[in-house]
Amino acid sequence: MNVKGTVHKYGDNVDTDVIIPARYLNTADHKELASHCMEDIDATFVKKVKDGDIMVGGANFGCGSSREHAPIAIKESGISCVIASTFARIFYRNAINIGLAILECPEASEKIADGDEVAVDFDTGIIRNLTKNEEYKAQPFPEFIKDIIAANGLLNSLK
Amino acid sequence: MGMTMSQKILAAHAGLESVEAGQLIMAKLDLVLGNDITSPVAINEFTKNGFSQVFDHTKIAMVMDHFVPNKDIKAAQQTKQCRTFANSYNITNYYDVGEMGIEHALLPEKGLTAPGDLVIGADSHTCTYGALGAFSTGIGSTDMAAGMATGKAWFKVPSAIKFNLTGSLRKGVSGKDVILYIIGMIGVDGALYRSMEFAGEGLHTLTMDDRFTMANMAIEAGAKNGIFEVDEQTLEYVKGRVNRDFTVYKADEDAVYDEVYEINLSEIVPTVACPHLPENTKPASELTDIVPDQVVIGSCTNGRISDMEKAAEILKGKKVAKGIRCIVIPATQAVYKECIKRGYMDIFIDAGCAVSTPTCGPCLGGYMGILADDEIAVATTNRNFVGRMGAKSSKIYLASPEVAAATAVAGHIVDPTEAMA
Repeated sequence: MNVKGTVHKYGDNVDTDVIIPARYLNTADHKELASHCMEDIDATFVKKVKDGDIMVGGANFGCGSSREHAPIAIKESGISCVIASTFARIFYRNAINIGLAILECPEASEKIADGDEVAVDFDTGIIRNLTKNEEYKAQPFPEFIKDIIAANGLLNSLK
Repeated sequence: MGMTMSQKILAAHAGLESVEAGQLIMAKLDLVLGNDITSPVAINEFTKNGFSQVFDHTKIAMVMDHFVPNKDIKAAQQTKQCRTFANSYNITNYYDVGEMGIEHALLPEKGLTAPGDLVIGADSHTCTYGALGAFSTGIGSTDMAAGMATGKAWFKVPSAIKFNLTGSLRKGVSGKDVILYIIGMIGVDGALYRSMEFAGEGLHTLTMDDRFTMANMAIEAGAKNGIFEVDEQTLEYVKGRVNRDFTVYKADEDAVYDEVYEINLSEIVPTVACPHLPENTKPASELTDIVPDQVVIGSCTNGRISDMEKAAEILKGKKVAKGIRCIVIPATQAVYKECIKRGYMDIFIDAGCAVSTPTCGPCLGGYMGILADDEIAVATTNRNFVGRMGAKSSKIYLASPEVAAATAVAGHIVDPTEAMA
């Protein structure tokens, strides 16, 4: 599986309250959640994001609440992959469980800039920065997690 | 190789002799929890994937606490969806208006969590039950759906950081100050993916409410769980609440820890986390120029009876300073009733506080105390992220009930140990 898109870059400790503020958690509707994605950190995100785009963060991405609404909002907004140097554990788990691709890669997180064109090959874990003509290697998923993703999410993998 | 306390509980629930850090396991659950925000997403997934029964209707808890009593029509629809699900699957531990309290104060109070349990909850502060010596961790709605259907969840066995506690807290200092001090020291990702295990002589000097507060905020250091060694006080707390057998686990003498920190409780001073991260800590005494618009005393972190007691001691016979809105939220109906019985309600209301029925409300910017542009709150809650309690430009200072109450009276942040002297 491969994805390619324009990068939306953020810093360290992007928390779930800025990804989707709690004032919008009175609904579980994916489209409505996506319409407020990143609102408190980047009010222009929903206007500029295109299908297939890639989100890049720093350390501890997705810290805070366990709300699955956060990866849902990101996925539904069109983001094909989130790359960060580290993820908060509940966000990491939730993203896998709903089938949002995420990769831990400190080098990519550091070197990729906002607006760069980036291509990701999930089979090899290679992240290619087409703008800067650089390549970074991400941590591959453990087998156990690959199985969940291959089944298109946790619940399908239980059937 | 020896196991940590968390590893022992995970091994037992996975039916394994031993486990080691990094190992992936499938484990049996003692309790699966959800609230009015996370349960609807879980119910949608549960239904969409064709599940038609729950693994055990007595081992699922649904607590309507975040936007309940319903703050608006959409919130009402979500609660209705949970209520319908709970009725049709005969969920024993469904708590709605009149019975409900803030989940992490309510479940231990009702005896639904016990030492040695393995608990998952679709709420990040599920780590609170580690105060009882349980392995308890926050997960998302899909994990909740899978847990409700199968009674199992997968885990990557965590390594651990040990906090060896010595000494005892001074008057005016409590569990909140200790955990803020620790988060300030190790950072918001200082315990990422790992357990925080609390042990040592000093542990026995901490009240159960201090321990609940500390375990509750383990997630604010990125931890998978926070866990306390079980002692006489723990056993005293669960006596008469937990009506089933449970197992007390203790870490092996030769358990391996990534790091060991020595924490002398006697040296800890009233501590405040400044905007916009819980790691931005400073002694309260250095923040006396901060003038809040609102003070909130409550939440799953600090809404228990001893928190109310500390606030009442400071507010007794005093008035909330002009210009400050002080909101007090007892975390459960039992705490609320005890406040009435002990006369705290009179103290709070006479001081000029608003007192609310239990709800998470303002902590996550739901309702019951939302901040306007540029407003400042001093709150006994657990997160001070951008926009957490309202407007994007508002600011939150996290503090203990003692600091919050003393601040409400003084009109600016104050060190309660100085105010008490």
